[in-house]
Parts: sequence; C-alpha cells; structure tokens
Amino acid sequence: MLELRDIQTYYGAIQALKNVSLKIGEGEIVTLIGANGAGKSTTLMSICGVTPPRRGDILFRGEPIHRRSAEDIVRLGICQVPEGRHIFPQMSVLENLEMGAYLRRDADGIKRDIAEAFERFPILGRRRNQAGGTLSGGEQQMLAISRALLSRPSLLLLDEPSLGLAPLIIKQIFEIIKQINVENGTTVFLVEQNANQALKIAHRGYVMENGAITLEDRADALLSNEDVKRAYLGI
Amino acid sequence: MDYQYLLELFCGGVVKGSLYALIALGYTMVYGIIQLINFAHGEIYMIGAFVAFIVAGILTFSGYSGLSVLLLAAIVSVLYVAAYGFTLEKIAYRPLRHAPRLSPLISAIGASIFLTNYVQLVQTPDFLPFPELIPEFEFMADISSLLSSADLVILVVTALTMIALTVLIKFTRIGKAMRATQQDMIMARLVGINVDRVISWTFIIGSILAAIAGVLIGSRSGQINAAIGFMAGIKAFTAAVLGGIGNIPGAVLGGLLLGIAETFGAGYISSAYEDVFAFALLVIVLTLRPAGLLGKATKQKV
Ligand SMILES: Nc1ncnc2c1ncn2[C@@H]1O[C@H](COP(=O)(O)OP(=O)(O)OP(=O)(O)O)[C@@H](O)[C@H]1O
Ligand SMILES: [Mg+2]
Repeated sequence: MLELRDIQTYYGAIQALKNVSLKIGEGEIVTLIGANGAGKSTTLMSICGVTPPRRGDILFRGEPIHRRSAEDIVRLGICQVPEGRHIFPQMSVLENLEMGAYLRRDADGIKRDIAEAFERFPILGRRRNQAGGTLSGGEQQMLAISRALLSRPSLLLLDEPSLGLAPLIIKQIFEIIKQINVENGTTVFLVEQNANQALKIAHRGYVMENGAITLEDRADALLSNEDVKRAYLGI
Repeated sequence: MDYQYLLELFCGGVVKGSLYALIALGYTMVYGIIQLINFAHGEIYMIGAFVAFIVAGILTFSGYSGLSVLLLAAIVSVLYVAAYGFTLEKIAYRPLRHAPRLSPLISAIGASIFLTNYVQLVQTPDFLPFPELIPEFEFMADISSLLSSADLVILVVTALTMIALTVLIKFTRIGKAMRATQQDMIMARLVGINVDRVISWTFIIGSILAAIAGVLIGSRSGQINAAIGFMAGIKAFTAAVLGGIGNIPGAVLGGLLLGIAETFGAGYISSAYEDVFAFALLVIVLTLRPAGLLGKATKQKV
C-alpha cells in the first residue's frame, strides 16, 4: 500500500533521514521503533508532505506522492496523529473533530462519524464544548485519534500515541488502535518508543537508527531478537 | 465637571477608535497567523481611501450624489484593495516565508515605502479634498454636537463589519481554517488545510477592513494624501499591540482605548500632544502587561 524507497530528508543542512526504505501492506499494523532522534517523526512528516524528502520516492498504491502537497496526501487517504497530539487548543472538542473532516463535504456522514467518535470515547462527548487545550493528556490523545479518523483514512500514521500517558490509558489506546485496524480495515503505521506494547499489536516492525532502517522483521521475531531486547525492550 | 464636554470627547474617541480598530484588525490577523508585522498595511488603507476618492470624484462629476456614491466607492475600493493585499503577500512575503524573521520585516518596510511613493508619483503628494458624501441626517439634529451624521455612519458600518468578521471567523469554513492555522500551523496542514490559501485570505480580509476604514476616514476628515497611511498605520499597530497582537477582540479594544485616550488627552490637556498620549498609553500598558491587554504571555514557539 505504501512504499518508501531510499528517502532522504533534510532540515536545512542537517540530514535527518539518510536512507529510509520500507513497505506497508494493506490491512497491516506496522511499527517503527528507534531511539530519540532516530528520525521516526521525520519519516511520518515526510510521508505527509510536511517535510518532503529531498531524494527518494514515496509510493502510495503504486502512485508517487512525494511531490504532492500535504492537502493532496490527506485527500488520498493518509492521515497522521502527530507526536504531542497537536490539539487545536482554543477550539472545542467538537470543532477539533470537525477540523479532521475539513476536506469532506458529506455533512451527514461527518455527523455520523462524530457520533461514532463519541460512542468510542464517551468522555469526549461529555466534553464536546470544552476547549481542546484544557483536556487531560489521555483525553487529548483520544481526541487526536478521533480527529484523524474523521478524515476516513485508509492509512493511519500514529506518532508515539502512548507518550506521557498512564499505563491503564496506554493499554486502552493500544486496544483502540487494534480495533480500528480490525473493524475498519484501516492500515496502521505506528511509531513507538514503547516497543514492547507496539510489537505486541503489530504484524511487522522496523528498527531505525540514526536516520536509517537497521532491522526489519515480523513483530514476534523482533520481540525475541536479542539486540532488540537489549536496546529497546530493556530486558 | 462639564459632563456634556466629557461625553463629546468620549463619542469622538469612540469614533476615532473604531477606525483604528478596523485597521488594527488587519495587523493582528496577519501577525496571528504568520508572526509578521505587515508594515505596508497602513498604505493599503491609504490606497483604499484613494480609490474611493477617485470613484467618488467620477460619480460626483457624472451628477450622482450622496450615500449611493459612498456605497459604490466603497465597493470598488474594497475589491481593488483586496487585490492589492493578495498581491502584496504574494510578491513581498511569500518568497520569504522560510527566510530568517528579519527578512520579511524588511520587505514589509520596503513595500510600505514603495506604495507611498508610488501613489505620490501617479497621483499627487498634495492633500486632496474628499467629496462630502454623507448628508446631515435630520434625526441627528438634536445630538449633532455629540455625533455628526458621518460619525454615526462610521459607528454603524464599523459595528456591522465587526459582526460580519466575527461570524466569518467563528462559523465559516475559511474562518475555521484561519483559526486552526493560527493555533497550530503544522496540524492545520495535517488535516488538509491549504495554509498558503489561508494566508492569502487573511491578507485579503485584513485589506478589506482597511479599505473600509479608508473610505470612512476620507468622508469624515474631508481630505486625504499619500502619507496618511503612515500615521494611521503606526496608530493602528499601536492599538493592536495594546490589545495584545494576534488577538482579535484585543485589536478592537486597543483601537477604542487609543481613540479615547487621544481625544481625552487632546481635550483636557493639549491637542498639540495628541500623538504623545497614544504612545504614552502604549508604554504604560506594556510596562504593566507586556503581552498587551488581552494577549497571553506565550512561550517562544519552536
Ligand atoms: N524542525 C527541525 N529542525 C532541525 N532539526 C530537526 C527538526 N526536527 C527534527 N530534527 C532533527 O532530526 C533528527 C530526527 O528527529 P525526529 O524528530 O525525526 O526523531 P524521532 O525519532 O522522532 O525522535 P523522538 O523519539 O525523540 O521523537 C534529530 O536529530 C532532530 O534533532
Ligand atoms: Mg518523534
């Protein structure tokens, strides 16, 4: 479904991605793990057209998208929940959800999807008129995921959804991700520091170091890989 | 204490302040989205007044008169100036979007100087008499010492414009996109907002507000020249900073306070120092609240 071929991304003169190639198949959950500063977020931003790669190709359903605008990429069905959630702080919960549906024109469908989001996360429904910036971290993460789903993505990119959350909430978030994948058939590309949990719900995984992919395998194989255990699972 | 005099000064201040507010909105909206002080905004206002002057001149010459001329002149001016605002952003700011912060600022000053001189060259550097387009309404006769008919028109038009702006920002698709872009530009792009288009619209809307102010001031003060944009621009910018730059209600509040401070200072102390009162107010407020009256002390964006 998505393929990155030797992409190189720069911030000014600094090269953040040296050579990243990876593939994500339709219906998969693929995870990308790596240390701080490895280039995980940059990979997602490159896919979304926010920091387009200087070299290399990104193919979505066989079509090159690395020269397309961020707007076009959302329209094609790729949506990201960025690191740190990026809730619009002065907009209400409801408005935040509406922004997720910015490119859609089917008012009825949007209404239905918002109702569905409130069903999935009842707390959001109760807070619908509260400013997004005043939600707790866990609530913001729920809102960020729901907002992304409102664009009806076929490929959902998640950047460290467990960041800064309590273990119980983390568990819930991972369950929801799994559920979105199984029930909606949404393909998921999951960036995580929480390698253990991520590899448990993923089908396959990639390990990134210093702007390059150093390892790829089935998730269960990575979970029992000695190097991965030592570096990322803290065992 | 002479209450009649106080009330007169107050009304004069509100009228003046609402014009400042109209212009200040353009500064604050642009700053809110791209953190740029659009120094050429005062010139946009001046061009608005000039276009209205030319259209009104032609119409008056052709035998029309009164409010219909004002309305037509305003419409032409708004359309013309909207195109100016759009083009200004495209030429002077967009190529510098990713440049160091000082570059667009210098480009803004350059654009401001260029526009002033351009109008001086193709029109004239002299003051031009703006035709009287607002008749004395009869129902205003009783309070004409407080508020002239022109003042009334200014207050009504400003109020309507601000209501329209509020509705636009709160409820329309472009308004929501503007708010989203202002609050988090990266996230705005990630939900599919075309940020470039939002920035263009911000310049267009700000310019339209300035054009409306230009038309109104022309028909009130009775004369315009190519340099009026400079002082009006500085005052309106002061108003925007006073209220908290980037904050829309702040620009309105700042404009009104500035107008009132000026007329009170001029009325009770000395009209020779009118401008001093405006800037003294700014200094006082910024000393007490560095982010402006309604501005939030924000952390530096990374
Ligand atoms: N806006 C930026 N400007 C300059 N350099 C940047 C910028 N964003 C990221 N970098 C650099 O690019 C490299 C990769 O950063 P990135 O955010 O992609 O890492 P990451 O793997 O997501 O790390 P983390 O786990 O801490 O989120 C880092 O060295 C970082 O310093
Ligand atoms: Mg990251």
